[in-house]
Amino acid sequence: MHKEMIIAGFGGQGVLVAGKIACIAAMTEGKHVSHIPSYGAEMRGGTAHCGVVISDEPVSSPVVVNPDICMVFSTPSLNKFEPRLKKGGILIYNTSLIKEKPKRDDIVAIAIDANDISLKHGSKNGMNMAMLGALVKKVPEIAKLDSLKAALDEGMTERNKKHNPTNATIMTDAYNLIS
Amino acid sequence: MKKKILMRGNDAVAEAVIRAGCRHYYGYPITPQNEIPEYLAQKFPELGGTFVQAESEIAAACMVLGSSAAGVRTMTSTSSPGMTLKLEAISYMSGARLPCVIVNVMRGGPGLGNIAGSQSDYFQATKGGAHGDYQSIVLAPENVQEFADQTMLAFDLSDKYRVVAMVLGDGYLGQMSEPVVLPDPVQSVPKKPWALTGKKGRDQQVLASLRLLPDALGNHNIDLQNLYAEITKAEVRFDSYMTEDADYLIVAYGTCARVSRTAIKALRNSGIKVGLFRPITLWPFPSAQIGELAKKVKKILTIEMCMGQMVQDVRLSVGCKTEVDLYGVAGGVIPDVDKIVERIKSYE
Repeated sequence: MHKEMIIAGFGGQGVLVAGKIACIAAMTEGKHVSHIPSYGAEMRGGTAHCGVVISDEPVSSPVVVNPDICMVFSTPSLNKFEPRLKKGGILIYNTSLIKEKPKRDDIVAIAIDANDISLKHGSKNGMNMAMLGALVKKVPEIAKLDSLKAALDEGMTERNKKHNPTNATIMTDAYNLIS
Repeated sequence: MKKKILMRGNDAVAEAVIRAGCRHYYGYPITPQNEIPEYLAQKFPELGGTFVQAESEIAAACMVLGSSAAGVRTMTSTSSPGMTLKLEAISYMSGARLPCVIVNVMRGGPGLGNIAGSQSDYFQATKGGAHGDYQSIVLAPENVQEFADQTMLAFDLSDKYRVVAMVLGDGYLGQMSEPVVLPDPVQSVPKKPWALTGKKGRDQQVLASLRLLPDALGNHNIDLQNLYAEITKAEVRFDSYMTEDADYLIVAYGTCARVSRTAIKALRNSGIKVGLFRPITLWPFPSAQIGELAKKVKKILTIEMCMGQMVQDVRLSVGCKTEVDLYGVAGGVIPDVDKIVERIKSYE
């Protein structure tokens, strides 16, 4: 198993945290992982993304050019990263914010109302958690749902740990909504 | 077994600095290493440490010099353009036999270049960089675990030999997060009887690089060369992977070694026997070991994230025993596994 993933969205949507939680979950299951953010001249409101590699083998390059999986949180991210997805790759896109349809017909596109799922559980910021729930449902090799929920303990900052139970609920709800 | 945690390279380095017993950091911000000072600025106050964001890189390096003379473990971190500015103090510290640790998270050059990972400071790190006949110990990690471990080791080596020790990472190693088992904190740091602590109750001590008389400076340089010979004899470190039966040898360090391993697996699957030799100390360079391997292989490929610097040391190590080729990339990209495979296949 070797999966390369790009998670992309606006700065502040929890792109980097989502990548980190996925990595911790896979790491606790004994897999090799790497996470690298896009860094440098990023700006508020601009796009942010991270590259995540999860593998049974040690990770060689942490930089993801043509991903197996793409999770996009916003329209500019869809436009930027859909063309880079591998043929047959999985695109998970947040239809709460993305009104466009993916253009390619050689990929598997999964739509999820991630912001709406988060809001249903009383959180404005849990959209990324819904995306993660959908991710492990569609690509179970990455990590089990339970590992994902457990990863919140290590992956969230002290100040955000109080939201872990809500975030775990959002993950589970998204997981169950995706067929 | 100790717990693995997911940590960014720069954060793991900063945590290792703390665990090495260093409490004196002086720096000036530059991407892609800013998480190191950020982490230490947060942690040092509660540990009673001294963190100074200086007015410039030159000032920061000179503060390291002063701290080192006072006998404490001290360090700075920077990235390539900042490293250039710090060289003056490094030459002075090398001349005055002042230990310190420097972490260079390399980015692309020349000049401001860009902020992506690179390996184009190899010459600067291993060939002196600044003026005078001096050497720094240079360690090259290939993953976050080694980045942390080698930071600890750099303090020990630097104190042991009273030389500057550098950990040469790159922007990718600094920015990426990987599972890491943090090294145990040291219980004590070495005593430094040579330090300038006030002469009350002892004779005057002088730490200087200035020696005006030709004999004094000449003898000092001979002592330094003897020291460097001793380090070369004792501290060469390297790693090899599938070299036993290899027909072709890849020589690569840091991030390039990671991608080489993947290429080697692919090549072995198609029946081509390739191995990897990875220098861990870039100075002292594992010349003898490469020279031995050169006798057994048909060709050597050096892979670097620059236009070819380490390849010169590889060629010196190999002499006329076999041909040495180069695959160098510049601009902040990681060498492509498929291109490595293609290049080795072209030798068949």
